[in-house]
Amino acid sequence: MSYAVKNLSQGDRELIAFRIGDQEFCVNIMSVREIRGWTPATTMPHSPGYMKGVINLRGAVLPIIDLSARLGMKPAEPSVRHVIIVAQVRRKVVGLLVDAVSDILTVTDDNIQPTPEISSDTERQFARGVLAIEKRMICLVELEALFPDTESEAA
Amino acid sequence: MDMNEIKEIFFQECEEQLAELESGLMKMNDGDRDPETINAVFRAVHSIKGGAGAFGLDDLVAFAHVFETTLDCVRSNKLEPTQDVLKVMLKSADVLADLTNAARDGGSVDESRSRGLVKELEALANGELLSPSAAAEAQASKPAAKAAPALSPAVEAPKTADDSGFQPIPFSFDDFGGEDEAGSGLPVYEITFKPRSDLYSKGNDATLLLRDLSRLGEMSSYCNMDDLPGLDDLDAEAAYLSWNITLMTDKGEDAIRTVFEFAEWDCDLTVEAVEAESAASSNDELPMIPVPFDLSILDEGAAELPAHQPTSDAATAVAAAETASNVTQMAAAAARVEKRESAAAAAASAAAAQNNAAAGAGQTIRVDLDRVDRLINLVGELVINQAMLSQSVIENDTTGTSSINMGLEELQQLTREIQDSVMAIRAQPVKPVFQRMSRIVREIADMTGKTIRLITEGENTEVDKTVIDKLAEPLTHMIRNAVDHGIETPEKRAAAGKNTEGTVRLTAKHRSGRILIELADDGAGINREKVRQKAIDNDLIPADTNLSDEEIDNLIFLPGFSTADKISDISGRGVGMDVVKRSIQALGGRINITSKPGQGSVFTMSLPLTLAVLDGMVVTVAGQTLVVPLTAIVETLQPEAAAIHSFGANHRLISIRNSFCPLVDVGRILNFRATQANPVEGVALLVESEGGGQRALMVDAIQGQRQVVIKSLEANYTHVPGIAAATILGDGRVALILDVDAVVGASRGQALKPEMSLAAVG
Repeated sequence: MSYAVKNLSQGDRELIAFRIGDQEFCVNIMSVREIRGWTPATTMPHSPGYMKGVINLRGAVLPIIDLSARLGMKPAEPSVRHVIIVAQVRRKVVGLLVDAVSDILTVTDDNIQPTPEISSDTERQFARGVLAIEKRMICLVELEALFPDTESEAA
Repeated sequence: MDMNEIKEIFFQECEEQLAELESGLMKMNDGDRDPETINAVFRAVHSIKGGAGAFGLDDLVAFAHVFETTLDCVRSNKLEPTQDVLKVMLKSADVLADLTNAARDGGSVDESRSRGLVKELEALANGELLSPSAAAEAQASKPAAKAAPALSPAVEAPKTADDSGFQPIPFSFDDFGGEDEAGSGLPVYEITFKPRSDLYSKGNDATLLLRDLSRLGEMSSYCNMDDLPGLDDLDAEAAYLSWNITLMTDKGEDAIRTVFEFAEWDCDLTVEAVEAESAASSNDELPMIPVPFDLSILDEGAAELPAHQPTSDAATAVAAAETASNVTQMAAAAARVEKRESAAAAAASAAAAQNNAAAGAGQTIRVDLDRVDRLINLVGELVINQAMLSQSVIENDTTGTSSINMGLEELQQLTREIQDSVMAIRAQPVKPVFQRMSRIVREIADMTGKTIRLITEGENTEVDKTVIDKLAEPLTHMIRNAVDHGIETPEKRAAAGKNTEGTVRLTAKHRSGRILIELADDGAGINREKVRQKAIDNDLIPADTNLSDEEIDNLIFLPGFSTADKISDISGRGVGMDVVKRSIQALGGRINITSKPGQGSVFTMSLPLTLAVLDGMVVTVAGQTLVVPLTAIVETLQPEAAAIHSFGANHRLISIRNSFCPLVDVGRILNFRATQANPVEGVALLVESEGGGQRALMVDAIQGQRQVVIKSLEANYTHVPGIAAATILGDGRVALILDVDAVVGASRGQALKPEMSLAAVG
């Protein structure tokens, strides 16, 4: 992948773009550890609806978040074609269930437009901006906002 | 390696030395007068002093020096290690430990305490000495082992030779004539023992005979190798060696003959009683020095039998050094060697003596715990992968006896062995924790004016490092309690007709895959009336409750309970037995108390050997696979419709042997299903919870019993109520480990509160 080895100039950042339904999102590539296929997860009791359960990631217990449900959309019905993005959020590693990974983008900060004003809070809370690329609209998701740091909150 | 790293290593070594010091002193306290023990104690203080000097830790050096001086008096038999002396020494060891900690962590030490001990130590060193000149001698005197390196540069000098590098050899005229005269009139026997080849071909072993003989008394032996042919002529199965033995014993000639009972037809044996003086003089006439012969070295392997080796000064000296089983003997041996102006031999003996000391400690390496953890994780992975592989091979292979199957079986065996060995790396003896307890007993006994004897047993019992680390705190608290509340004052003990010295017994042993730690005191036992009253006063139990003795004893584990009338300095620091119980339970353990009024109490803790694996019952609940810790399960049963009774609107009871036990549907409690399952279709696990009550946990089916590797849920997720941890099954899927106590608690109405940290938004 030529994108990955390209030297980034100041202000450039690389993003991984993925699809949920007919919408496109992206996250900073620096927080992505690996991308893997869907495997059935073990249900966790008393977990919120978007919590798909936990899977075994080479010996570690990895919680899987249905990103579609987390973003307030229709819960996913995972199949073998679904993809798990393993991402590091602060000190924890989580899996994000998405439909498919579509692209690796190199953008500058200038390419990122502020989130348009919309009424719903949910979207605004996670969105750190939108990108316009070749007539596509890609929403930049802030992972930290998906998982508030409960430990520092408690402290 | 920078200075700090070197310093860190020094402090780690200090810890070992301090442990050695304390265990040595404890041994001496129990009456051990083995010079090797005393030497080990001395060495420990000496090494700490040496290292501390190198780092300029003056306080430590100063104290260690005084301590060392007093120890040296003990070592050179100028000071009798009585109980009183040892008491001071044990306290000094504590202070030395404090000083070491202070030097490392920058804390401070109770100066008055160390000053007081310095005075006591000095008084001991001076008081018992014969004359001022003897004091100077004691100051300078080191055994031959220390002095020898000065004579031979070939041997590494000990860390701290005195300033000039010269250390006089203790030269006692009592020792000069050899130990024979010192034997104070014990009969002396001259024994010649010449085995014939038959002796060896019948499976007898001269070393064993000699060792048995050495147990009868003080023995010196000389191996006659004159008949030994050159290597070319040597017949490996023939017998060439004979021994001249001088034995000082009061057991009589018969005892000596008994040793050779089974060998007497296969050897030439003479036993002769001789006068002490003539024995000594005959010694002198021997062509070589009679070398005291320590037979324990022969255990190392026949290949190293010194007797079979060509004679050389060095070999003889090795034997001499190994023999140095007491200071006088060592000095005598050295003196005799000296007489023969064989400095090299003395040097070799010193080296051998030091090697001997090192070998006794066992070879160890220090490894970062993280590395071990990583290894354990990887092996856990390996086990899971191997299980997955086996499963898919079994599914795909129908021939049954293919080489793949055989290889797989071997792999299985290997992985299991690797797992066991890796787990063993983390396993450590409980000794360090037990040793720490002896200090606590001493301190509290001092504070309360009681005399307490701590007896430890099974301190080599091994258990996972994490368990050991977490054991120290509850154990400390329990020991404090035992000494402060459990054991009565000497006056009271005397009045009750007991030994005024109280005994606390700390035992560790393995039992059915767990470690059992028992803390027993011979104190007054639990005052049940008082405990009961206290519980009523504190609203812990209703006033009219009818409790069995056992139940009353267990009241002390309730939060907010303290039997002390007043809060003393020692206990009552806001930590109760409930905290002890909780920390034991956090380790997956249980604690019990049994008490007999007037005779004492016994606390029994049962702990898992490791926190990394757990024996579990794999069950299915509402399509989910769960693991229930085996330790919680009392029995399993298939409920019959007639045994199920509805109780009110939502509760059901199951009758088991005429008692009624609440039924808890695990699937319902964990929210896996909306309605309660039909108990008749499932299996009931009878569990014992921390509250002591029994519950029947309903699951759908039992899959089997398995040892599972415990995985943290909190690492990437969050604590889930009702779930203790997770594990990975053979098919690679995650299974949850049930938190039995939480589930039972939930059935009592304490809802499992979902703490959804991930749901905190919106």
